Parts: sequence; C-alpha cells; structure tokens
Amino acid sequence: MKSNQTNSPMDGAQALVKCLEAQGVEYIFGLSGGSAIPIFDALVTTGTKIELILVRHEQGAAHMADGYARATGKPGVVLVTSGPGATNTITGIMTAHMDSVPMVILTGQTITPMIGKDAFQEADVFGLTMPVVKHSYLLKNPNDIPRVVKEAFHIAGTGRPGPVLMDLPKDVSSGKFTGELDPPMNLPGYHPVREVDAAAVSRIADALSRSVRPVILAGHGAMISGAEQEVLQLAETLNAPVTTTLLGKGVIPETHPLSLGMLGMHGTAYANKAVVECDLIMSIGSRFDDRIIGQADRFCRDAVRIHIDVDVAEIDKMIKVHHSCVGDAKEVLKALLPQVGQLNTEDWLRRIDGYRNRYPLRYGKQGGLKAQQILDELYKMTQGKIVVTTDVGQHQMWAAQFLKTIRPNDFISSGGAGTMGFGFPAAIGAQFGRPKDQVWTIVGDGGFQMTLCELATACVSKLPIKILVLNNHYLGMVRQWQELFYDDRKSGVDLVGNPDFARLADSYPGAKGLTLKRTADIRKILQRAMDYNDGPCVINAECEKTENVFPMIPAGRPLEDMLIDRPRKKLEKPTGST
Amino acid sequence: MNIEQNTHTLSVYVSNRPGVLARIAQVFSRRGYNIESLVVSPAKDGDFSRMTIGLSGDPDGLEQIIRQVGKLVDVLSCVDHTDDSAVVRELAMVKVRVDAEHRIGVLQIVEHFACKTVDLTDTSMIIMSTGASEKVDAFIRMIKSFEVVELVRTGKVLMARGDQPT
Ligand SMILES: Cc1ncc(C[n+]2csc(CCOP(=O)(O)OP(=O)(O)O)c2C)c(N)n1
Ligand SMILES: [Mg+2]
Repeated sequence: MKSNQTNSPMDGAQALVKCLEAQGVEYIFGLSGGSAIPIFDALVTTGTKIELILVRHEQGAAHMADGYARATGKPGVVLVTSGPGATNTITGIMTAHMDSVPMVILTGQTITPMIGKDAFQEADVFGLTMPVVKHSYLLKNPNDIPRVVKEAFHIAGTGRPGPVLMDLPKDVSSGKFTGELDPPMNLPGYHPVREVDAAAVSRIADALSRSVRPVILAGHGAMISGAEQEVLQLAETLNAPVTTTLLGKGVIPETHPLSLGMLGMHGTAYANKAVVECDLIMSIGSRFDDRIIGQADRFCRDAVRIHIDVDVAEIDKMIKVHHSCVGDAKEVLKALLPQVGQLNTEDWLRRIDGYRNRYPLRYGKQGGLKAQQILDELYKMTQGKIVVTTDVGQHQMWAAQFLKTIRPNDFISSGGAGTMGFGFPAAIGAQFGRPKDQVWTIVGDGGFQMTLCELATACVSKLPIKILVLNNHYLGMVRQWQELFYDDRKSGVDLVGNPDFARLADSYPGAKGLTLKRTADIRKILQRAMDYNDGPCVINAECEKTENVFPMIPAGRPLEDMLIDRPRKKLEKPTGST
Repeated sequence: MNIEQNTHTLSVYVSNRPGVLARIAQVFSRRGYNIESLVVSPAKDGDFSRMTIGLSGDPDGLEQIIRQVGKLVDVLSCVDHTDDSAVVRELAMVKVRVDAEHRIGVLQIVEHFACKTVDLTDTSMIIMSTGASEKVDAFIRMIKSFEVVELVRTGKVLMARGDQPT
C-alpha cells in the first residue's frame, strides 16, 4: 500500500504532515473528530515518524504542547477537531499567549461551503481565538498549506513567541494538493527583532555606572532568548543582585550568592526589600506584571528604571522607564557587557544579606504535614536537577519559593494566566520533550482534578512523571484570601468529595499511588516515587489544611506593604486585580 | 476644544488579508477606544490596504495601542498623524427635504461652501461636500437650518505631505 502512496498525488493533509516533518516536529498532542479525520488519516498514510499523543481532553493537549515548548524551546503542536474540540483548547492557547510560549494549533473545520451556516460542529474558531493568538489562519486552498505552516512556525518561534492557529476546513485537508512543498514565506509586516540601538545601550551603561544599589530583574524573556550566560556575566561584572519573576526562575542559579530568588506578591522578603530600596532597577525580559510591581505608580518611584524587551509594546506599559532598549535580550546584553564595570555595591550587598538573614523563607515545623517542608526536602534530595511544573495556587507559590531552580527551562508554571489544570498536562509535555530528565509536577487537589484525566495519557506512554498532590482539601489560595481579607468567611472553597488520589492512580494501568501523611515519612515516600519508573506516580500528601503562603503583598499594594507573616490586625480588601 | 485633543487620526498600512480589520478593531475595543471613522481601501499595490482611523479616547494609552497595532503580523506600519503636516480630507452627502420655494436658500449655502448638488427632485436635494473635516462640519451646521433627512460621511482620508511617508 505504502509504495502506491508515493506515486499517487497527495491531499492537503498529507502535505501538511510533510511540512510538519520539515519543521522538525516530533510530537502532536491531539484528539480527533469528524473534520480532523483526514489529518489523523494522513498521520498513518504518510508513514510519518511524528508521534501522535492521544489526549483525553483537548485542554490537556494544549497544555502538553505548552509544557513541551517550555521544556525544550521548540514549538509544541496541537491537533483537534472543529467546534468543541477547538474551543476546548482555548484556555490552553490563552495560557501560552500570556506566557509567550511558541505553539502551533491545528484545528479541523467544517467544509468551506458550509462555513458560516451553523454546520454541525462549526464554530468561528478563527474569530474566537483572535485575542489570544499571536497570529492565525483560516485556510481556503490546500496549496497554501506549506507556506502557512512555514509562516506559522516562524511566527510562533521568533521575536516574542506565541501561539499560532491554523483552521483547516475538511475540504482543504482532503482536497488535492498540487502546490509547492517549500514555497517562500510572505510576511511583509512581520519584523520580530529590532537591531540593537547602540545609543540606547550606551545610555543604559552610563546609568548603570552611577548606581550603587542596583537590582537586575530577569524575566521569561531572558530565558527565551537564551541569555542566562550574559545575565550571569552582567551580574558578576557589576556585582549586582538578581531577582527573577516566576517565569524567570532558572535564568540565574538560585544558589548563586547574587540571586535573590523570586520577587513580587509571594516573592522572598529580601528580593522585595531590595527592590524597594534600590537606586536602579533593570528589567531584562520581564513585563513588569502587576504580580511583581504591586501598585504601579509606587514601584521603584525614586529609582532609575531600565527596561530591555523584545516587544516594543511593553515599554512604558505598566511603569514609565528612564531608559529602554528594544531587542533580543542576549543581543542587547552582548552589546552592553563591554561597556560596564564593577560597581561599588559592597554596602548594598551587605544590607541585602542582612535581610536575607533576618527574613529567610520559613515555615512552622510544629503541627501537621507542611507542604513547604515536603518541597524543601524534595529540593534537598534532588538539588535542582529535576524539571518541575506546577499548577496554580498555594502549592505553586511554595514550589516557587522552596524548589530552587538552577538551570533555565526547569521550572514551568502558568504565570500570566494562572491556569488551574495546567501543571499535570504540562509535565506530560515536558517529559516527552526531555525524556532523560526526572519530571515532577506539583499540583493542588483542586487544579489536579481539572485535568487528571490525562493520567491515562501518561500511562499509555509509560511516562515516569512524579505527581505531588499537595492536598489541603481546599481551594487553598482562595481560602487564604478569604481568611485574610474577608473575615475568614469561606465561600466555595471546601473540596469535600475529593477522591483518594493514591487509589485513583492505582486504578490506572501502570500508574502508582502513594500516600504521605506523616512528616517523618517525607523522604521515604519521595524516594519511592523516584524509584518508580514504569509510569506516572501520584503522591497524595495530606497537608495541613489552613496553612498560608507568606511573604505576601496584597494585590494592588506597593511592595513596602509586604506582610512577612500573618498579621494580627484585620486587613483591608485588596484593590488590585484578582 | 477638549474633544479635539482626544481625537486622533492614524494611518495604518496592512497586508490585504482576511481578519486584519478585526484584529486591529480588537486592539482598540479591548482598551475602550471608540473608532469614530474608518476608511479602508486598496493601496497603490493591491496586496496592501490603507486604513485611516479616526479615534477618540484617553490619549495616554494611545502610544501603547499604536505599538500593539504595529506589532500585528499583518500590519506594516501604524502612524499617528494627529500633529503631523498631513492633508486630511473627507466627503459628506446630505439629503435635504426642500421644495422649490425654499431651494434658493439651500443653494446659497451650497455655493458658499463650494459644495455640489448631486441629486435634485421636487421635494429633495442631495448635496455633496468635500474638504477638510472642519469645513464639512461647518457646512453641516449651516445646512441643519433646513430639514436634513439623511447624512453620510466617508470619514477622513489622510496623506502625509512632501517626502514624508503616510
Ligand atoms: C481555571 C481556574 N479557575 C479558578 C482559578 C482561581 N484560583 C486560583 S488558585 C485557586 C485554588 C487552587 O486550589 P488547589 O488547586 O487545591 O491549590 P491550593 O491553592 O490549595 O494549593 C483558585 C480557585 C484559577 N486560577 N484557574
Ligand atoms: Mg488545595
């Protein structure tokens, strides 16, 4: 059969698969349906090496592609059917868009003559996704497929990365292909990276030379650009401390003496205090998100503010800056490094060390099992040599605080969108992308239940992912806000009805369930999970139910208002976003 | 006038592709800007289109919005010509209900503003006014002393003067 195929003309879907191969695609995460059947068929008829990972829910496919992309730097690929299949991916597309993750989403669509006529499983996916994609296409002609695939991968992966969607009507994917497999791109309006402005770099060097209390703020952009060497070199040359955003974890090893860890709402006290007291802040690839700046007009009010970003639309968006340079972080830093020298920061670093000693990250050791302690022990056992994905909530912030990250692309979390349900499927994607690495996902009992159907997906591929469920039987982060700001009135946060996650895991073929109840067993159970490599392993950790995450800066408040610990007095309701 | 300060005229040069108008409109609507006028037409090269967008809204956020429009894949350039030396013109058609007896009064206004009558019946006239928006505004203010039945304006079109690109 196969030999006949090579002589007979291709259809659009077969050309699509050829083009995906040409882009180096290894995996497609997806789930089929009527309008996508020709594409799924082409995965068989072309005999391609691209492996289809069959998911159990399309949201999971999008998060897997996202996790794969963040763990490898290569675009993740999603393939789903029209209508509900496509709309199920939207949360995942939005999540990737918010965090600048390269992704290509292929959606089936009804046949072109039926578009706009409410055909079965028709949805205006092109329109529905427009606000959450970097770019999108509705294909009309099979012969356009190669150019569009090329453009889609180029757009997704360059400049500020992001998701690109291709909506593929069934008559286009099954129509005869008579075009060129490797045509040129046609993107006259797309200029993703600007040349580095030498004058801007000199102004930044000049501003730096005058600083005695500098702070470098490294974000996801520094990681995407692969600028970790340059950031480290800059920090060491200047002798300046570095704090990172949640997504910037790993740009500089968090074990480095100049690392302050994460800043912001639940960042370290010493990072936040350094930002409050600095005389210069230089962001490299962060977008001054509201989670890190608190009250925008009070953020580093008296400091010189510098912004390096590949996206010109980020400059002066959240805070006005004195100096900026638009460009790829690595290129800008390469231009900057020869122009800077050591600053007189001895006193400054001593002051910060004082804060480090006075306000370390800590947790009470008395009482029940502490999520923080489990993470602390996990770090001590693995020394940062694992890939970590997280879900969203208290456990996410504790993971960010206690799992120090040493290398880039090792800490994967939904930052901008804060999407519950992200962690576990993202770990599946990460494990596919990094088969040799040990992958852990830290999830809450709430978020895990949003996408745990993907246990089947992990079992089928025998992925040895370690799933640590920090089970507090609450939507913990919301409960914390209700406790602190709403007189502890609990409303819709009690997760009665949770399954026994360990027994649930055991019911999947090849998965293992473990239960952790006592502090004394932490290492033993973590070790058992590490030793199990025939499939996913779920640890149900029955944690203290009403533990809170500190430090905390109430949303919309200036960094000065950071709470190191639980305050005695009643707090005002936060004015900031969510 | 306050309104003047908050009115901006942008020229956007785009690839002529489906969805480009929706993408641009979304950038403005998401931030609560109101598009007052919009002209889209093929550019010199038919693969591209020229849009002239008249806007009102908070001038503070506009710079960032222009950058957001500029970064859309199908947008080649987005320039705010509000304070530039650019030629800005528009065209309006006004249908006035007027009988033979009062026609002369209408024609006086038409003559003063150098407009044209493009349709004439026993009971109505259509008058076409072209020129700078202020002139068209002034004409419309005057003609409103008669019974205006319908009013259609094209919205502004704009071209930068001299060697400046639009
Ligand atoms: C899809 C989605 N819905 C709602 C929220 C709001 N939210 C943020 S954290 C949180 C609680 C998460 O609970 P859980 O997964 O148990 O984690 P915990 O905070 O208890 O560690 C909620 C509901 C969200 N971020 N995402
Ligand atoms: Mg919970």
